[in-house]
Amino acid sequence: MTTVDTHAGPADHGGGHHGSYLASRGSLWADIRNWATTVDHKKIGVMYLFAVLFMFFLGGVMALALRLELLEPVRTITTPDGGAEVTGQRLGPLFGAEGAPANNIYNRAMTLHGAIMVFMFIVPGIPASMGNFFMPIMIGAKDVAFPRLNLASWYIYVAGSLFALASALVGGVDTGWTFYTPYSTMTDADHWRLVAMILGVFIMGFSSILTGLNFVVTVHKLRAPGMGWFDMPLFVWAIYATAIIQVLATPVIGITTLLLIFERLFNYGLFDPRMGGDPVLFQHFFWFYSHPVVYIMILPAMGVISETITCHARKKIFGYRAVAFSSLGIAAVSFLVWAHHMFTSQGELTAAIFSFLTFLVAVPTAIKVFNWIATLYKGSIVFNTPMLYTMGFLFLFTIGGLTGLPLATLSTDMHLHDSYYVVAHFHYVMFGGTVIVLLAALHHWWPKMFGKMYWEPGAQMGFWLVFLGFNVTFFIQFIMGAHGMPRRYASYPDEYQWMHVISTVGSWMLLAGFLAHLFTLVYSLMAGRPASANPWGGLTLEWHTDSPPDEHNFASEPIVKHGPYDYDSVVPPHTEPDEFPLPDEPYRH
Amino acid sequence: MTTIDPTDSLPAEDRPYHETVEKGHHWRTGDDEFDGGKFGMWLFLATEVLLFAGLFCGYAIMRMKYPEAFANGSHYLDWRWGGLNTLVLLYSSYTIAAAIRHTQLGNKAAARINLIITWFCALAFLVVKLFLEYIPKWGEGKRPGVLFDYAYAQDPMEPMWWSLYYVATGIHASHVIIGMGLIGWLIVRNEMNRYGPKNYLAVENVGLYWHIVDLIWIFLFPLLYLIH
Ligand code: HEM
Ligand SMILES: [Cu+2]
Repeated sequence: MTTVDTHAGPADHGGGHHGSYLASRGSLWADIRNWATTVDHKKIGVMYLFAVLFMFFLGGVMALALRLELLEPVRTITTPDGGAEVTGQRLGPLFGAEGAPANNIYNRAMTLHGAIMVFMFIVPGIPASMGNFFMPIMIGAKDVAFPRLNLASWYIYVAGSLFALASALVGGVDTGWTFYTPYSTMTDADHWRLVAMILGVFIMGFSSILTGLNFVVTVHKLRAPGMGWFDMPLFVWAIYATAIIQVLATPVIGITTLLLIFERLFNYGLFDPRMGGDPVLFQHFFWFYSHPVVYIMILPAMGVISETITCHARKKIFGYRAVAFSSLGIAAVSFLVWAHHMFTSQGELTAAIFSFLTFLVAVPTAIKVFNWIATLYKGSIVFNTPMLYTMGFLFLFTIGGLTGLPLATLSTDMHLHDSYYVVAHFHYVMFGGTVIVLLAALHHWWPKMFGKMYWEPGAQMGFWLVFLGFNVTFFIQFIMGAHGMPRRYASYPDEYQWMHVISTVGSWMLLAGFLAHLFTLVYSLMAGRPASANPWGGLTLEWHTDSPPDEHNFASEPIVKHGPYDYDSVVPPHTEPDEFPLPDEPYRH
Repeated sequence: MTTIDPTDSLPAEDRPYHETVEKGHHWRTGDDEFDGGKFGMWLFLATEVLLFAGLFCGYAIMRMKYPEAFANGSHYLDWRWGGLNTLVLLYSSYTIAAAIRHTQLGNKAAARINLIITWFCALAFLVVKLFLEYIPKWGEGKRPGVLFDYAYAQDPMEPMWWSLYYVATGIHASHVIIGMGLIGWLIVRNEMNRYGPKNYLAVENVGLYWHIVDLIWIFLFPLLYLIH
């Protein structure tokens, strides 16, 4: 805290020498060139946001197709003239491949859905879009540490996605997103599709490593004067912990995918049991990355929740340090539990050890959840869309977490393994963890990012459709799975049909919900009310600059004078969030 | 924005290029930028170590499963070629360190010669690998996996050994090639007066990268050539 350089209040802005980062360069061509070569973390964040949402759209189309296929089982009916007719095979025609066996086509669509959702949506999702946009602002920096590297990461991500999608265009792979060997190395002669897909994953891994590395250095080196580690907003802590996982886990998927590509191209045998290789080795490598990936997705989501919960309940976070350290704790434990995905392929002692370690993750997670609940206690909660989604997250994540326990327990996992119970569980965690929270973040920060208020009633309707649609789609799958419906099959015995029908109808409700959001957000860009600098009365630094932010984030370098959540001492009682005056007196917690 | 060191009294136009280079405007000071750049490089090196760690895990497991094949396999490798390559890389690690030192001291010519020697050492390494090891061995049928076609193999698992040999040294060699690209880039930019006592971060970072390439070879050499 050397110089005292106050940030200007919201009313003083507008006449400054810089413009909004969204300001046009004049012609369309100049704008395109400017965005394509930008090194501004905000623009790159927005570019990630659109890329990621586009991937979510593609993955979502696949999901709807899968559910449509599952609406009825494939039946062979004897026609009156003695022939046989197959009904219920819906995906075949969709892919223009009626001749191929239904399950094969189904599994290709399923793999594409899973791979898009995991590698192209979850992993970059919140960290690369919201993290890129807000993390530097929240620590009072002008940009990330390596802006050009940041832009390169985006291009690498796009290139990797194109590789993976190209594989789908030439037919796709049916291995599932986990690419388990030996199936993935033997499945069919045309290995280029698999090579393209895996190469895509390898390339995207690079993008992830570079983003993580960039963020770690940014947090270490670019905090504003006066901002100590424990003055950082919890979202920044979460992004920091995520970045560490990205840096430490992604190289392992890098070597795994490389080895798999070599295996596929040269049949050199490391994973191929016929040649003395070890397919379980592949599983170890794969999950050493892919379990931490679950936390790459959930940690930033938890960071978002810490922001929305404090801001919209106007309460100081309960147990700041505990929440901050639990992020690091989760990151650490995430590296120790990978083998719980392989209970059915390992010895009893190993399995018991990994089962125990898995339960450990519950500790830092529970710390977070209890602290959030304690924060809500006696808060002045505003039930706007971000808050509704925050509540929705707590609800879905609790179900997702608790239903994980039977899977982390050796004995019950034997029964539930690879059933629809697993499908329901991971959708509760992944969907509840990323999509729901991305929607919370999107609405919470929308006014800041684009300078427009979204249309609240429309957005709330969207919330209810998504929330109910989600539960209708996936809750019934717990029951289905417990009854023995296996995953990754296009067809099933008739007795499961009514449950699949409910699930499929739920997926249509979800679609309606997403369309409602799409509509309200696009509408707000065109005709929304202009947002003030601080529409929610937030205390973190991003609310101390214009909406949308200035090109250089702040008119002058901010000096941090209060903690990010000091609502009790900073906020004057009975003020409307919208007219909340920015504190000027220098104090910190 | 040009960051000008306030302790320096020369007007900007009279200074050597490297003292007037653009600094990222988001860094508070040039020192911060330097520290950040080094920190980022160390993190990147950590990812390289982890990448090879995966490979070493695979080696360890297969070695445990097929000790005979691995013992035979390493007998087929000539430790003298591996040793020569070790010396070449160690020497090049020394020359690139010298290049960093000379850049810090402002000796452009000495930096040039050291960088060039480093580059040729890298080339020598690849020549040994390709012409004295890969090509003859491949010709004899000592090939990875299904391609294996060596009539006098003593253990049915020898193809596995060759698989790991080619994959490990191949991935390492690709790092050597990338290193040659980076060192070539340094040589060109050194001629353009981009580096000097106040601007040697890129030289130092490439140097660190080159050391890790060397270090990994120091692990590969005994694992593949020396342990029987
Ligand atoms: C929009 C609603 C969604 C629907 C209707 C849906 C539906 C499905 C279906 C039917 C399967 C195949 C289950 C099986 O046979 O094993 C599946 C698998 C999967 N889904 Fe979703 N999904 C949705 C959203 C998501 C989201 C948002 C994510 C990630 C954030 C996701 C991640 C996955 C993954 C990873 C798999 C596993 C693929 C594999 O096993 O290779 N899904 N989903
Ligand atoms: Cu896991």
